Amino acid sequence: MCTVCGCSDGKASIEHAHDHDHGGHDHHHHHHGHGHGHDRHHHHDHAPGDAGLLDCGANPAGQKIAGMSSDRIIQVERDILGKNDRLAADNRARFRADDVLAFNLVSSPGAGKTSLLVRAVSELKDSFAIGVIEGDQQTSNDAERIRATGVPAIQVNTGKGCHLDAAMVADAYDRLPWLNGGLLFIENVGNLVCPAAFDLGEACKIVVFSTTEGEDKPLKYPDMFAASSLMLINKIDLAPVLDFDLARTIEYARRVNPNIEVLTVSARTGEGFAAFYAWIRKRAVALKPAAMTAAE
Amino acid sequence: MHEMALCEGIIGIVEEEARKRAFAKVNVVCLEIGALSHVAPEAMKFCFEAVAARTIAQGAKLEIVETPGTAWCMACSRSVEIKQRYEPCPSCGGYQLQVTGGEEMRVRELEVD
Repeated sequence: MCTVCGCSDGKASIEHAHDHDHGGHDHHHHHHGHGHGHDRHHHHDHAPGDAGLLDCGANPAGQKIAGMSSDRIIQVERDILGKNDRLAADNRARFRADDVLAFNLVSSPGAGKTSLLVRAVSELKDSFAIGVIEGDQQTSNDAERIRATGVPAIQVNTGKGCHLDAAMVADAYDRLPWLNGGLLFIENVGNLVCPAAFDLGEACKIVVFSTTEGEDKPLKYPDMFAASSLMLINKIDLAPVLDFDLARTIEYARRVNPNIEVLTVSARTGEGFAAFYAWIRKRAVALKPAAMTAAE
Repeated sequence: MHEMALCEGIIGIVEEEARKRAFAKVNVVCLEIGALSHVAPEAMKFCFEAVAARTIAQGAKLEIVETPGTAWCMACSRSVEIKQRYEPCPSCGGYQLQVTGGEEMRVRELEVD
């Protein structure tokens, strides 16, 4: 099993967009595999020989040490997610070096993340270099929908895993073309629980909430709304037929996160997207003024 | 599900410590888990036994020290204790709270042979 996501060995796979320096692998690169020397992709802090020790927990470090039989207390003081957080910090440094603004899109399944992205990347691709990383348990359907727009996308299948982790994003980012000064959209696995805990190195999380969900979802899944900077309320075109209470939704979200920004959109009609793009451009200017000036 | 993943992370830390500090058996793993963290302590204990099987931590007891959730109330200008993220300030009833503590998920110490 994987140390951070708990997925079974060999189940997580990442698409190859193009061939580079790992000839001889089959189409799906198992990022949890070890012993192949493209260390630019791998920030795992263990040697190839102890692959099973860290990732599977199945190979006990069972050596008997003479003279070490008495109980002792060892101070550890280490974050359980420390390994993921270190890899996420590496990602963040790479994004900064490439002048790339990265967003981590999270939602329940079916809130419309992919439809929203298809519209957004189609309409932004003339202004920015854009790459997309798609996370799902299985299938490459979402990456194919993005690629149909002409924007490069890499699908990560997490297998048994319920979220993307920083190592998966590092692998997938290697497989995208250089996005110098551009935007990276990471579409997480549809799940309002686990992805909240796993930093991927993004500039911020965007939670997509749709009007077909209950208004109290921010209260039911507070961690995710607390971790997000922007709530996009999608399917706003359906609000009239659903008796959707926008004010109540926003009130609940702000109980959990007083600073969360809110925009209403419809991926189907395009309503509200101009404001979303303005929000992205504002973020881009704040983070990387030089690149934005060039894009304007 | 992600409690399983977090238990895998704990075992990874324990095994790294075992290599660094040369111990062969772990009797107790002591965690510090904040009330506002992403963990349900009971689910963690349930998962830990399964994940620890056939590792250096097999049979180890999981002790969890729960730390309280704290937040800064902007209206009251003081620190307050909360049990959940969506709770109002216990003093003024408002929701202008910034979480300041209780998000920890740490391996604090190990009792080893």
